[in-house]
Amino acid sequence: MADKTDVWQGTLALMVLKTLEALGPLHGYGIARRIEQTSGDLLSLNYGTLYPALLKLEQEGAIASEWGVSDNNRKAKFYKLTRAGKKQIEQETRNWEQTTAILARFFASRKELA
Amino acid sequence: MKTLRAFFARLTGLLPNSRNDVDRAAEIEANLQLHIDDNIRQGMTPERARREAMLKLGGLEPTKEAYRDQATFPLFENLIRDMRFAVRQLRKNAGFTITAVLMLALGMCASVAIFAFVDAALLKPLPYKDPKRLVGVYEKLEKVCPLCNLSYPDFLDWKRQNTVFSAFDVYNRQGFMLKTASGSQRAFATRVSDGFFRTLGVSPILGRNFRAGEDQLAAPRTVILSYSVWQRSYGGAADVLGKSVILNDDATVIIGVLPRDFHFAPSEPTDYWVTMHASSECDLRRSCHSLYGVARLKDGVSFQTALADVTEIAGRLEKQYPGSNKEQGANLSPLSEVISGTVRPILLVLLAGACLLLLIAAVNVASLLLVRTESRMRELAIRSGLGASAARITGQFVAEGLVLVGMGSVLGVASAYWTMQILTGLISSDMLLSMPYLNGLGLTPRVLAFAGLIALFAAVLFSFTPTVSLSLSEIRQRLSEGSRGSSGNTWRRLGSKLVVVELATAVVLLAGAGLLGQSLYRLLTVKLGLQPDHLVVINVAAPNTRYSKDPQAIELERKVIAEVSAIPGVNSLGIATKSPVSYQGNTTWFKIAGRPWYGEHNDTPFVCVTPDYFKTIGATLLRGRYFNESEDSTKPLVAIVNQTFVRQFFPNEEPLGKRLLPLSDPAVPTEIVGLVEDIKEGPLDSETRPTLYYPFTQNTDTYFFLFARTTGAESSVVPAMSAAIHKIDPEIVTMRGQTMSEQISQSAYIHRSLALLVGGFAGLALLLGVIGLYGVIAYSVSQRTREIGVRMALGAERTNVYRLILKDAGGLIAFGVVLGILCSIGAAHLMESILFGVTSRDVPTLASVAVILSCSALLASFIPARRAASLNPVEALRAE
Repeated sequence: MADKTDVWQGTLALMVLKTLEALGPLHGYGIARRIEQTSGDLLSLNYGTLYPALLKLEQEGAIASEWGVSDNNRKAKFYKLTRAGKKQIEQETRNWEQTTAILARFFASRKELA
Repeated sequence: MKTLRAFFARLTGLLPNSRNDVDRAAEIEANLQLHIDDNIRQGMTPERARREAMLKLGGLEPTKEAYRDQATFPLFENLIRDMRFAVRQLRKNAGFTITAVLMLALGMCASVAIFAFVDAALLKPLPYKDPKRLVGVYEKLEKVCPLCNLSYPDFLDWKRQNTVFSAFDVYNRQGFMLKTASGSQRAFATRVSDGFFRTLGVSPILGRNFRAGEDQLAAPRTVILSYSVWQRSYGGAADVLGKSVILNDDATVIIGVLPRDFHFAPSEPTDYWVTMHASSECDLRRSCHSLYGVARLKDGVSFQTALADVTEIAGRLEKQYPGSNKEQGANLSPLSEVISGTVRPILLVLLAGACLLLLIAAVNVASLLLVRTESRMRELAIRSGLGASAARITGQFVAEGLVLVGMGSVLGVASAYWTMQILTGLISSDMLLSMPYLNGLGLTPRVLAFAGLIALFAAVLFSFTPTVSLSLSEIRQRLSEGSRGSSGNTWRRLGSKLVVVELATAVVLLAGAGLLGQSLYRLLTVKLGLQPDHLVVINVAAPNTRYSKDPQAIELERKVIAEVSAIPGVNSLGIATKSPVSYQGNTTWFKIAGRPWYGEHNDTPFVCVTPDYFKTIGATLLRGRYFNESEDSTKPLVAIVNQTFVRQFFPNEEPLGKRLLPLSDPAVPTEIVGLVEDIKEGPLDSETRPTLYYPFTQNTDTYFFLFARTTGAESSVVPAMSAAIHKIDPEIVTMRGQTMSEQISQSAYIHRSLALLVGGFAGLALLLGVIGLYGVIAYSVSQRTREIGVRMALGAERTNVYRLILKDAGGLIAFGVVLGILCSIGAAHLMESILFGVTSRDVPTLASVAVILSCSALLASFIPARRAASLNPVEALRAE
């Protein structure tokens, strides 16, 4: 538990989008839980930080929200991907892969030097 | 793209919408509940489940706030909230708010209204092509007239010989007779040389420009109409072109109409622009100066180069024509100077006055704000104690400042608009016609920008004035001190400095108003050499075709005198070719018989008058005699001269019996038969010039002024005079019937309106400055109530308390007055050009200003001092 990492700046939005892509419409609590589970409980997520991130994505048009009823019969606000959101995932995925690939080269070159 | 979308989403979030708040709270609550359910399912107690969920969330309120911040722009939202709070605060303090807004509005109203005049007269570009390259062209006679008219032959030579002008033309405004269906009518016309409008770079909106050569005698006569006469007389009809008007008995064809915004102030009002057709005796004589020149400088030619070139030409002509051009130099003036040169110093003085008033008003509001901040120290201390950041507290002041300035500006600009209307309404219509650029007066973008600049300046001043006086640490300290002790220190430090500024500014304005008032007084009490009361003057123009020959004109004169003297109430009548206290006047040259003559310019104004003229206007004959009714051109020529004439040409000699030889006909001498006391022929502020009076019967004219000395009401006589003259010949035109007093009062118009406006500014400044001082002293007394109580309890006398308070006030007043007097001397120096008969260092004016201000300021501080002295020490000690 002591090794838990904070969520890196700017990555939360992508995690939210990927989560919604995988699971379909989901409420805020569900998204938060899912992110923690996916990370293998290695990420420490303050649930409160999720709301501004969700609202920002909604303002940008990547996701849409709607009130609905949860599995255990409670009212909740459900988020789902929009078409623009799907496009955004594609683009951000490419960006991410590119970034990690670049970074990977740095790690590789360090190994070579060692 | 998506950032833009998010921006608009947040912008709409700014709109007040409580549903969104509820919605967000519900969402957080719902998710929290799901989390709690989960926790309970894992076996926690409900309390623990809730606590854990809350921990994980990171607190309910911070989450709501972060969520909300994303929904809108937090900074804007704060500002809007601050504004609402500010409005509530200001409404609670209606007295303060109304005073502050009114003061600011007053300052803005004065400065914006005056600036609008400055804008219309001085800043708005002239309606010509590239107006900066245009110059007025003049001949110059050292000392006599720096900007004299050109003669037509001189103009032709200058035009041919110069190498510096790409175009050079002349204009000459004249009264024309216009024949209409209902008889003759006076028309405003200007004769111009053919290229006049091309030089200005102006094309008619209808029809064509004058063609080259169209101003020659052989060419058919043509006219271009002003836009306004086109509208008035022809209803703006397009078929006006080719129609004919009868101007001075010549059929003249209309060939064009000028643009609506065209104006040419030096020759306005002009309805008919006709061509030179130089044919009169004056046009052809080199020594008769009747034209003004306007020229466009060639590209790359500087003003100085051009001046040197025309000066050289004038020098050549002087050698070539020593008889007429002796001492005739040349001069140029930028056209903008020609057009608005006379009003510039006046407008700038007014603008300076209005801006000083604005300064006082702004300072007054600033000091009011300081007092208010002082009295809100506790509130501020509590707010800062509860966690308000310095930025939030400053934001509150900024919001209040913005609300005040917003209200003040709207009120100020609106009242400035009305003030402009009122001010133009006060200008006589004749004057308004000669200042056509004032048509552009209004809330133009430049004027609004000026108002915006003032508002910005005021907003900065009012937002940050309260905050300079306090730092947050100081506020905290205040909290522990409570309201006792040193509160009011900042106020006394800063506020008293502001009051000194106010008092000094008020002194400057008062001194300016005093000097202008003195000028006006001197102007109105100038020695006229005539008695203006019960004197009526009417302008008469008879058609040249019927009355230009001497016997015709003399017969007309006799008939006019006979008809008009039959009007009841008319005691005596006189005719002159020029009215006293007015501009126009012809001049003549002469040699003195029996003295050598080297071609020097004995250039003297002359007036042709009837025998009873001097008696009628109330002039004083010093020596010799008046003219006789029988002295016509068959008798020896005679003249009467004024005192200045004698001083200049016959100092220490007997003028009577001396003989003059006019240059126009040197063979026939004119004998001086009388000497009158100087009559003010020119405007009130002009120097009296040597003047010659000739008998009307020896120098007739079809354009003259009829003077009537009346008993009883003057105004009723004017229409009767017109009617009597029309009975003789309906073709004769009569104009501008008015009393001599009216004419004199018009001559003092500029000085009067300046004195009144600046006087008004000064009065307001005095009032505001004294109110400001009263505020300072009263506040200081209220802050020192306890101290005064202690002093009195320890045995201080009432007089000691008076001394204590008045010493403070006296120091401020003395400082303000001394500073103000020093500034006034500098400021008055700048307006010396518009003063008449007083110098900028007029000691009596400055001394009386100092006395007036000191007395009113002392009186204002006496009121709080009296309140302090009548304190009951016991109650004072108990206070707070």
